[in-house]
Amino acid sequence: MATFLLLALFLCTTTGGEIAMTYGMKATGEPERLRPKQVLKFLGRAVCNGWFWVGIPLMAISFYLLLILLSWQPISFVIPASALSNVVGTLGAKYILKEEVNAARWAGVVLVCIGATLVSLDNIPLR
Amino acid sequence: MVLAMVVCANVGDLLLKRGMSTIGAVQFTASGLGHAFGLTVANPIIWLGIFFLLGFMICYMTVLSWADYSYVMPAGAFGYALLTLLAVIFLHESVSPRRWVGVVLICIGVMLVGQTKPRTTEVAAPQKAVA
Repeated sequence: MATFLLLALFLCTTTGGEIAMTYGMKATGEPERLRPKQVLKFLGRAVCNGWFWVGIPLMAISFYLLLILLSWQPISFVIPASALSNVVGTLGAKYILKEEVNAARWAGVVLVCIGATLVSLDNIPLR
Repeated sequence: MVLAMVVCANVGDLLLKRGMSTIGAVQFTASGLGHAFGLTVANPIIWLGIFFLLGFMICYMTVLSWADYSYVMPAGAFGYALLTLLAVIFLHESVSPRRWVGVVLICIGVMLVGQTKPRTTEVAAPQKAVA
């Protein structure tokens, strides 16, 4: 039970953090060019954005929750379960960020999710 | 940029996994968490992993400033396919059919997502400094 609560919390913080980050970066606007100077300027502007500071703690919490999950449960459970964050993230992108997620993108996300699970499970002794 | 993001994320994750496996299982109590936190902070492999993840973060932030989140996220999984190919080409590792099926699914998935418009939300005023 504690594992599933932790997993739910992990999925919420991962998606919440990344959505806040996307929101902040979109508000910051892209760098003029991909030169170190322009990218540094962009980073400077980005850290002044409030959403960045909402995203970072959430991502940090999600990261620490993943470490705890990995130390509690076999990786063969944690990896497929955390691949769900792709699906939760896409739902967040559609309904919170109002991105246009068409059928092709959904199909891509689901294939990536299954593929990532198959690849990650390889060479791991299943208990 | 997405490629740099993928490489940094994978190297960082591998280092973290290595670092955490030397620490062992974390007890979910106040003292257990505190103890694990102390060990994590003192581990150099974890710090190297964090350095790579910082590189990933910078690439990630830059990409997200113009592309959709639902576009960037699946593209990140391309790293699994890349790692497998590198392992076969340089390390001459044998790869199981299950893993190949996974790689093919990821490639098809990333191609499908890649065919969609990278950006579907309205463009914010670009290059304007925000105070």
